Amino acid sequence: MALNVGDKVVFKIFRYDPEKDKAPYYKDYEVTITRTGMMVLDGLNQIKWEQDPTLTYRRSCREGVCGSDGMNINGVNTVSCMSHIEDYNSNVLTIKPLAGFPIIKDLVCDFEDFLNKYYVVKPYLIEKTPPPGRERLQSIEDRKKLDGLYECILCGCCSSSCPSYWADPDYLGPSAMLNAARYVFDTRDEGSDERLDAVNSVHGVWRCHTILNCISACPKELNPTKAIAELQKEILKRKY
Amino acid sequence: MADINVRIEEFDVVIVGAGGAGLAAAVQTGMAGLKTAVISEVYPTRSHTVSAQGGINAALANMDEDYWIWHMYDTVKGGDYIGDQDAMEFFTKNAPKTIIELEHWGMPFSRTETGNVYQRAFGGQTRNFGESVAHRACAVADRSGHAILHTLFERTLRSDIVQYVSYYSEYYALKLLMNEEGHAMGVVAWDMVNGGLHIFFSYAVIFATGGNTRNFRTNTNAHVNTGIGWTLCAKAGIPIKDPEFIQFHPTGIYGVGNLITEGVRGEGGYLLNAQGERFMKKYAPHVLDLASRDVVSRGMASEIREGRGVGPKKDHILLKLDHLGHDFIMDKLPGIWELAYKFVGVDCTKDPIPVQPTAHYHMGGIPTNINGEVVKWEGDEEVAIPGLYAAGECACASVHGANRLGCNSLLDLVITGKQAGFNAAKWIKEEKPVFPNPPEEFVAEKYAKDVMDKLNELFDGPEGSVTMDEIWEDLRDTMQANMSVFRIEEGMKKQLEIIDGYFEKFKNVGLTDKSKVFNTELVEYFDLESLLYVSKLETAAALNRTESRGAHYRDDYPERDDANWMKHTAAYLKEDGSVELEYKPVRTKPLTAPTFQPKKRVY
Repeated sequence: MALNVGDKVVFKIFRYDPEKDKAPYYKDYEVTITRTGMMVLDGLNQIKWEQDPTLTYRRSCREGVCGSDGMNINGVNTVSCMSHIEDYNSNVLTIKPLAGFPIIKDLVCDFEDFLNKYYVVKPYLIEKTPPPGRERLQSIEDRKKLDGLYECILCGCCSSSCPSYWADPDYLGPSAMLNAARYVFDTRDEGSDERLDAVNSVHGVWRCHTILNCISACPKELNPTKAIAELQKEILKRKY
Repeated sequence: MADINVRIEEFDVVIVGAGGAGLAAAVQTGMAGLKTAVISEVYPTRSHTVSAQGGINAALANMDEDYWIWHMYDTVKGGDYIGDQDAMEFFTKNAPKTIIELEHWGMPFSRTETGNVYQRAFGGQTRNFGESVAHRACAVADRSGHAILHTLFERTLRSDIVQYVSYYSEYYALKLLMNEEGHAMGVVAWDMVNGGLHIFFSYAVIFATGGNTRNFRTNTNAHVNTGIGWTLCAKAGIPIKDPEFIQFHPTGIYGVGNLITEGVRGEGGYLLNAQGERFMKKYAPHVLDLASRDVVSRGMASEIREGRGVGPKKDHILLKLDHLGHDFIMDKLPGIWELAYKFVGVDCTKDPIPVQPTAHYHMGGIPTNINGEVVKWEGDEEVAIPGLYAAGECACASVHGANRLGCNSLLDLVITGKQAGFNAAKWIKEEKPVFPNPPEEFVAEKYAKDVMDKLNELFDGPEGSVTMDEIWEDLRDTMQANMSVFRIEEGMKKQLEIIDGYFEKFKNVGLTDKSKVFNTELVEYFDLESLLYVSKLETAAALNRTESRGAHYRDDYPERDDANWMKHTAAYLKEDGSVELEYKPVRTKPLTAPTFQPKKRVY
């Protein structure tokens, strides 16, 4: 559905202010298309700056790398700054906070549990032997193994889209495990055993039921399901 | 009275800002075993370092012969000779081991056939003092900023550091505390999630608040880049050094401003005007599109001004890179492909990207020496302020002079961040300063009364007759019109009056959102106030500098004037809101290298 400058689109937005609302509700706003290629974030900014300054959401880089504005738009998780309004082919956009995360206010949710799970996988290079006086060498092929893993922006879109993540409060979730894989498959890392131990449990890699929601939710087009499968293979290869 | 909760906490070091510079400092204070609080408006990995693309400079010589002295020469020349050469020597000399350290910490650098760190060409980087193009920018595809930010943050999560570094994410700094002797003693911050004030007392405060070009219509900055570090320091009586030098990046995406890395030109892309002409050969006959950013931006702006711009409004330029080939673009510039496709619908493996000069970076900032200590001047003498440090874009050790070279900013934030953290730790351990122990009961009353009053006024007061949007929208347009690539006395004089008008209007701004939980309207209020101060400092300093140097170009004074203007601006914000300008000597003597004397800049 092509949108022209001047067209109107309704944003139906989840609202909740814990200081005054007993329960969440939806409020409709009319967004005017002011240029071609308008993103959902531009629409939210238009509402906040011109209609209702109380509307609350996170945003920073507005180019899909800081991961602040993960949210659910017409049923799909993504970052609002990289989502064209017209791509939804609809006159109405229903915008909700990330499912499965506690809500702080409106579209802002609490990332504490999500981030604690990220810390569990030890997302940093572990070295056991001192590095050389120059850079460690790594072949182009070995470096390629990190493509599709290191680009994660911690926006939460994948974990929030995962029914296993909703059902099991202890499940580490796709994001944390993608970050585990980022180091497990780094040829420079010497801490893979402890990292694999951290994900080798019913709340880790074995909780993934290949529902594949995380793949379509990732705004960076990464593939957490594949990363989890690779971790499973690696565990089997090393342990048994 | 709004019920504002106050909490008091004590740390050894408080770092304001969790981008690359703040995290590089936190690694140091954490390794030194000092209890550190890192206050940030956003979770660390959301800081704007994440958006840097091209790379980080160091004379590693992985691609061809290279030496730090060549890098230093380029940096001095790029900065149009007003940079402090002691800082520039320290900076370029320490670059290689900084890259090695980042690699050791896990940074996923792109690699060469031999497995070494991959380096690409970038603007203004040459071999043998201007002879040929150097490959000096160490790159992680075109996601170098993301990689560096995540690597530094992850480093602080290691068990040896994590126990000392506490993150206060989504806290907004509102005041720098200084004691009667002029020593830094802490920071007052607003807890965005829960509402309420936190007063952090500490031996040392490190500012690392990044950039502030959200006051321009088209800019590459994130929403959080509003210069709060400049504003808090300026309000505490600390001058801002060289605020007039604002870099306009040649290739922001037309209309929206998102950055397209200079790495595109480093890898062989080039600029075309409406006639399909490679116009940079007129402005930089030797290196063309790889001249320094001020030269390229001026070249583009001149083409547009003379009617050779592209599009119905003839107001932009094209960046061609399809000749590099689909596979190469997807391997080395994948992020660029995504940005161009998403924001202007251009598949850059087939078509050129529309670009325009875009506000990007501040060469000036909170004045520091090479130890990362914030300095004030006693006469012409720089004196360190005890306990106060600054690093990264918000600071100015003047390693960039009047114009920064591409890929020197990531280097700046790691090196100055490390210096600030290291030297703060050293000072605390060696000098054993007295901890600022204030009387318990009266702390909020004594140290944060002004902040409390302001918050009460905002929460209890009316919604206001002026919207922030009204001022902010207009500010962006007028700064763009009067303070961008070409400047002239008349425009800047007018701009100063316009800014004073904004301050008048701003008095009638109130809050619609009275909630204390995650009140982003409150945050935008302080963002806008800060940008008004930033705009005023920039404009006042630019108006007074009657020469053209680096990024500061005046139509009415088109030449560099070394006889009168080889000096730094020190811009003071007075209590009545006016700006007072002083001028301070350039540190022209390097640590060991011979001084590079000013020459005419030709690229």
